[in-house]
Amino acid sequence: MLLKIVKRPEPSRAMVYLTPLMALVLTVVCSMGVFTFLGVDPVEALRNFFIVPINNAYGASELLVKATPLILCAIGLSVGFRANVWNIGAEGQLTLGAIFGGGLFVYLHDVDSVFLLPGMILLGAIGGALWAGIPAFLKTRFNANEILTSLMLVYVATLLLSLLIHGPWRDPDGFNFPESRMFSESATMPLILEGTRLHFGTILAIIAVLGTWLMLAKTLVGFQIKVIGAAPKAGSYAGFSQKKIIWFTLLFGGAMAGIAGVSEVSGPVGQLLPSISPGYGFTAIIVAFLGRLHPVGIIFAGLLMALTYLGGETAQINLGLPVAVTGVFQGMVLFFLLACDVLISYRFALNRTGRVSG
Amino acid sequence: MTSKTIASVLGAVAVAGSMLVSANVSAQDKVGFVYVGPIGDHGWTYRHDIGRQAVEKELGDKVKTTYVESVKEGPDSERVIRQMAADGHKIIFTTSFGYMNPTLKVAKQFPNVKFEHATGFKRSANVSTYSGRFYEGRYVVGKIAGKMTKTNVIGYVGSFPIPEVVRGINATALAARSVNPNVEIKVAWVNTWYDPGKEGDAAKALIDQGADIIMQHTDSPAPLQVAEARGVWGVGQASDMHHFAPKAQLTAIIDNWDRYYVARAKAALDGTWKSQDTWAGLKDGMVEMAKFNEAIPADVIKLAEETRDGIINGTIHPFAGPIKKQDGTVAAKEGETLDDGTLLGMDWYVEGVQGKLPK
Repeated sequence: MLLKIVKRPEPSRAMVYLTPLMALVLTVVCSMGVFTFLGVDPVEALRNFFIVPINNAYGASELLVKATPLILCAIGLSVGFRANVWNIGAEGQLTLGAIFGGGLFVYLHDVDSVFLLPGMILLGAIGGALWAGIPAFLKTRFNANEILTSLMLVYVATLLLSLLIHGPWRDPDGFNFPESRMFSESATMPLILEGTRLHFGTILAIIAVLGTWLMLAKTLVGFQIKVIGAAPKAGSYAGFSQKKIIWFTLLFGGAMAGIAGVSEVSGPVGQLLPSISPGYGFTAIIVAFLGRLHPVGIIFAGLLMALTYLGGETAQINLGLPVAVTGVFQGMVLFFLLACDVLISYRFALNRTGRVSG
Repeated sequence: MTSKTIASVLGAVAVAGSMLVSANVSAQDKVGFVYVGPIGDHGWTYRHDIGRQAVEKELGDKVKTTYVESVKEGPDSERVIRQMAADGHKIIFTTSFGYMNPTLKVAKQFPNVKFEHATGFKRSANVSTYSGRFYEGRYVVGKIAGKMTKTNVIGYVGSFPIPEVVRGINATALAARSVNPNVEIKVAWVNTWYDPGKEGDAAKALIDQGADIIMQHTDSPAPLQVAEARGVWGVGQASDMHHFAPKAQLTAIIDNWDRYYVARAKAALDGTWKSQDTWAGLKDGMVEMAKFNEAIPADVIKLAEETRDGIINGTIHPFAGPIKKQDGTVAAKEGETLDDGTLLGMDWYVEGVQGKLPK
C-alpha cells in the first residue's frame, strides 16, 4: 500500500464542510456509471434528475412542498443529535402529530373557525412531543436505549393511526375506504402561491430553522446542548444536567416532527390516511447528517433529498428508469457521506516505507 | 469497467455543466400511465403495463408511452399526474382507486388532456372511468372452488373492505354454495394492495384455520405461493400466475386491458375521445380465465366452462336471485337480479361469508 491512513492531530474544520460536497460529487460520478450500465445517456439522466424537475415555477414550488416535512423533522432531530441523543423515531412522532392535529378536525369537522388550524398545529406539536416523551422517560428513568425505544414506537404509531382510520375516524361517505373526511377549508394550510401546492407549512419550516439557529447560538440551553454533545464530562463538571438535555432535545424533536405531520395532513394530503408519510421521518436522519446538523446545511440537504424524489419521478416519465434508482441514489449519498467523514479525523499519507502498516 | 468507459464517464462529467440545460424535443404524441405497484408485481400493475405495451405495439411510431411505477396514493400521485399533463401527454391512465381525487383535480387544470381513471366513480368532461367485471371471473372460480374443497372452507385474502372487493367475495360465495351448500368463506383483511409479506402471512393464517382453497384480492403472487408450499389450492390474481404455483393454481382471473387501452389511446389521438364509463367483463374480453389446472376433474372443468360461456352469452348472471344477505334478509328474490348500482355500492356479505364486514 502506497497510502496509509493517519489520525489528524485535531478534526479538520475544512473537511467538515467539504465532505458533503465530496459525497455529492462521488454520488454523481457513480450514478453516471449506473445510468450508463442501464443503457441511459448519463448526462441526460442527470439533467432529468436535477434540472428538469425544477426548471419552472411549479416544479420549484413542488420541491419546497416535498422538502418541508424533511426539513421540519431534520431540524428537530439535529438538536438531539448534537447532544448525542439518538432519536430515530421522528416518523412515529410525525404520525402522532398528524393524529392529534387531524383528530381535532375529525371531532370539529363542522366548525368553521380561524382558530381551528392554529389549534391543530399546536395539538400536533403536543402529540409529537408526547410520543417522544416516552423514550425520554424510559431513558432518564431506566437508562433504556432511546434508539430502540423511539424506533419501536414508530410501528406503534402507525398501527394507532390505522386503528383510528379503520374505526371511529373513517369517513362516513367514503365507500368503506379507510380514510377520514377531507379536511375543510378552515382546517387546511393556506396556500402561499396560488396555482401551486406551496402552503403555510413551508413558512413554519423556515421559522423552525431560524428559531433553532437562534436557540443554539444565543441561549444557555443551546450552549449546554453543544457542550454536552462535544464533551459530556466537561458538561457535567460545569453542572449541566444530562437528564434535562435528554428531555429537552427529545421533546423538541418530537414537537417539530409533530408539526411536520400536521403540515402534511392539512397540506398536500388533505385528510388522514393509513399511511401519511413515505418515510419522511427516516429520510430526515439522512438530511440532518448531510446538513452537518447545522440549520442552514439542513435546508440545503432537505432540498437536495426532495429533489432526488422529484428527479426519480421525472427520470421514470422521460427515460423509463426504474423507481429503485431513487433509492439507490439516496443510499449512495449517505454511504459516501459516511465514508468521506473519515477524512474529518483522519488523513491519507504516503507510506514511505512501502510496507503495510497495521 | 474498462478504462475507456471510465474515461468517457469522466468526460461526460466534465461537459455535464454545459449540456444539462439543453432541451429535450420529441414530436411523438405521449400516452402516460401511473401505476400503484411495481410493474414486476406479476398482478394488477403488471397487467396494466402489458396494456401499455400493447398501445406501443399497435400504434407504433405514432406514440411514445411513459409510466411511473409505485406511485403512492395521495399527494405524490397528484404531482406525478400533473407532471405528465404539463409534459404534453395526450392521454393519461391512472390505474388505482386512490388516484381518483388527484386525477380530477389535475384534469380541471388541463382541460385539453384526456384522463382515464381505473375503478373510480367520479367523471368529468375530460375524465373517463373504466373497470372490469372481475366478479364474473370470481363466479367461475367459485364454482370450481365449491367442487374442489374438502374442508368446505375457502380462505380469502382481502385488500380493503370496499364494494369492489366485497363484490368478489360475494360472487365467490354464491357460486361455491350453489354447488356445495356447506361451503364457508373466511376473509382476512390485509389493508394493502401490494405487500407480499402481509399477503403471505394472511394466507398462512387462513390455511391454519382449515382453508384448503386460497383466493386473493391483492396483487402479488405471495398467497398463491403459500398455497403451493402448503399443498392447497390457490387462484391467480389479475394475471396468469401458474409459474409461481404450477401445482396449486386452479385457474386465474386475468385482467386484459390491451384492447381498451389501444382503443382509448387511438381515440385521444384522432380527436374522437369522449368521457364515458366502461364496465366490461368476460364478454368483452376485459376479464379472461386462465387455463384450468389439469388436476381438476373433467366434469368440474366442464361446469366452469359452461358457467363462463353462460355469463358471456347472458344466460347466467352471478347476482341473480334468490340472494340472502348474511343476516338472513333477502337481497334479491327468485327471478330478480341485482342492478349495477347495487353492485357498485355493495357493503354487505351474502350468506356463507364468515365474520363481520369492517365498517
